[in-house]
Amino acid sequence: MSFQSRDAARAYWHENIRLLLILLSIWFVVSFGAGILFVEQLNLIRIGGFKLGFWFAQQGSIYVFVVLIFVYVWKMNKIDKKYQVQEDGDE
Amino acid sequence: MSVQALTILIVGSTFLLYIVIAILARAHSTGEFYVAGGGVHPVLNGAATAADWMSAASFISMAGVISFIGYDGSVYLMGWTGGYVLLALCLAPYLRKFGKFTVPDFIGDRYYSQTARTVAVICAIFVSFTYVAGQMRGVGVVFSRFLEMDITWGVILGMAIVFFYAVLGGMKGITYTQAAQYCILIFAYMVPAIFISLMMTSNPIPQLGFGSVLNDGSGVYLLDKLDGLAQELGFASYTDGHKSTIDIFFITAALMVGTAGLPHVIVRFFTVPKVRDARISAGWALVFIAILYTTAPAISGFARVNMIDTINGPEQQGVVYEEAPGWIKNWEKTGLIGWEDKNADGRMFYSGDERNEMTIDRDIMVLANPEIARLPNWVIALIAAGALAAALSTAAGLLLVVSTSISHDLLKRNLAPGISEKGELLAARIAAAVAVCVAGYLGINPPGFVAEVVAFAFGLAAATFFPAIIMGIFFKRMNNKGAIAGMVSGLIFTAGYIVTYKGIFIAPLLPNTADYWLLGISPEGIGTLGMMINFAIAALVWKLTEDAPADVQELVESIRFPQGAGDASHH
Repeated sequence: MSFQSRDAARAYWHENIRLLLILLSIWFVVSFGAGILFVEQLNLIRIGGFKLGFWFAQQGSIYVFVVLIFVYVWKMNKIDKKYQVQEDGDE
Repeated sequence: MSVQALTILIVGSTFLLYIVIAILARAHSTGEFYVAGGGVHPVLNGAATAADWMSAASFISMAGVISFIGYDGSVYLMGWTGGYVLLALCLAPYLRKFGKFTVPDFIGDRYYSQTARTVAVICAIFVSFTYVAGQMRGVGVVFSRFLEMDITWGVILGMAIVFFYAVLGGMKGITYTQAAQYCILIFAYMVPAIFISLMMTSNPIPQLGFGSVLNDGSGVYLLDKLDGLAQELGFASYTDGHKSTIDIFFITAALMVGTAGLPHVIVRFFTVPKVRDARISAGWALVFIAILYTTAPAISGFARVNMIDTINGPEQQGVVYEEAPGWIKNWEKTGLIGWEDKNADGRMFYSGDERNEMTIDRDIMVLANPEIARLPNWVIALIAAGALAAALSTAAGLLLVVSTSISHDLLKRNLAPGISEKGELLAARIAAAVAVCVAGYLGINPPGFVAEVVAFAFGLAAATFFPAIIMGIFFKRMNNKGAIAGMVSGLIFTAGYIVTYKGIFIAPLLPNTADYWLLGISPEGIGTLGMMINFAIAALVWKLTEDAPADVQELVESIRFPQGAGDASHH
C-alpha cells in the first residue's frame, strides 16, 4: 500500500471517479447530445456559415475532446500530488 | 518535371528515410521489439500513435465519403476521435501501470485464466488481419494510380518496405518511422487543403474557410451553396442527416468504443516511461489526429463544390466533354470516374436524379483534389507519398500486434513458457515476416469482403475487449467466469448479426436494409449493442458466482494509482 491509509486510497479513487464522470458527461453532451440527438434544434442557430448542430458534429466535438484530455491530465496530476502517489522523480 | 517523375522522386526519398530510420533504431531485446524499451517521449509517441491510427481509409477515403453523404459522415469524425477520450481517461494510464506488453496479457492475468487469454489473442489476431489487408490494398492502389505500376508489384514493394522496418526494428523501429510518417502525411494532407481554402474562400485555414463566404463574388456561404446545389440537382441535402438518429447514435458509439478497444492503438501506450506520460500522450495523439480530422470535412465541402462546378459548368448546363479538364480523362483511365452520354448532347452532367451521366468513385475526392483545383505537380506527387505513409504506418503497427500475439501471448505465455529471450525475439521476427506475407497475399487477392470487415473489426473490439478491460479496472470484484461469458456472448452476438446481414463466407440470411434490422441498428453500429450485452451478461454471471480472489483484487487496486510503475516487462 503506497497510500498513507486505506481511507486515503478510497478518497483518491473517489476523486478520480468524480473527475471522470464530469469529463465524460461533457464528452457525451458535445458529441451524442449536440452532434446527434439535438442536432436539428441546434441547426436553427447559425454562426457564420455553419449551422450549429452540424458544426458540433463535424468540428466542435473534436476540439472539445482535445481539451477534455488535457484538463484530465492537469487535474489528475494535481490529485496524484495531493495524495502523494505521483511517480518517482515528479515534483 | 512530370507528375510521374516527381512522384517517384518524392515517394522514393520518403522510403529511403524510413529505411535509414529502421537501421538506426534496430531492436535488440524483446522489450525493445514489443514496446520500444518503454522509453519513448510522450509527444513522439503521440505522433506515432496518430500515424498508427490514421490509415489509408482516413487519408484517402474519409473526406470522399463525407463529401458524398454530408452530415451522416459525422459518425466517422466523432467516432474515430471520441474514442481517444475513453482511451485517455479510462484505459491508457491503468494499462500502463499494469506494465505488460499486450492486451491479451492484461486480460489473461486480470481474469487469472488461460481461456480468457486465448479468446483475447484470437480476437486480436482477427481484428488486426482484417484491418491490415485493407492497408496493403491501399498501398497497391496508390502505386497503380500514380506510378502506373501493376497493383501486384505495388503491394510487393510495400511489403518489402514494411518487412524491412517492422521485422528488423520491431516496436522501436516502428515508433520512429511512424513519427516521420506522421509528418509526411499531415504535410501532404494540409498543403492542398490550405491552397484550396485560399482559392475558394480567401481564408488560409480550411476549418474556417469551410464556414466562410465563397469568393466567386456571389456572397454565398460554402455550405449554403452545397445545400442549394443538392436541392437543384436532386441530391440529399448536405448539412442534414438522412440515416435514422438511433443508427447514427449506435454507429458513432461503436466506432468510439471500438477505437478505444483496438489492440494496436492500446499497445502504443505501453511504450512511454510513466503513467503520467501515458495520459498526456493520448492528448498529443488526439491533437495530431484532430488536425487531419477537422480538415477532412472542409476538404469534403470544397471538393464537392469544385467537382460539381467543373463537370456541370458555371451555368449548371454541363460542360462539353471535348473541353473537359485533363483530370477527368486521367482518372477515367483508372475507372474511378466514368461518363455515359445518355442524352447524346456531348456534355457531361452530374446530378442525383435521372439526368445524371457520371459515375464517380469516393476515393477520387482526396486523390484527384489537387488536380481538380489545378494545383502544381509537386502537390499531386505529395498526395501519393502521404497516402503511402498513412497505409504503411498502420500496416506496420498491426503486423506488430499479430507478431506479438503469436510470439508472446501464444508461445511464451501459453505453449512454450520456457522459451529463451533470444528464442522469443526470433519467434517474434518470424511471426512478423509470415504476417507480412499473409497481409500481402490478402492485399493482392482481396477477399470480396474487405470493406465489410471494417465493421467487423470495430464491432468485435467494442463487444469484446472494451467491456473486459473496463470491468477489469473499475470493477475489482468481477471474476473470470463473468468476463469470459461476457466476451463470448458479445463476440457471438456481434459476429452473428454482421454475418446475418453482410454474409461473410456465407450468403446473407436477411436483406441488409433498415426494415430488417434489430431496432433499426445497422451492422456498422451493432457493436454498441454487443458491448451492452457483454456488460449485462458479465454482471449476471458474476452475481451468480463468487468474487474475484483477494490477490487479484489487490492487483486491481495497485493499478489505480501511478506510483511505482516500472518498465513494461514480463514481471
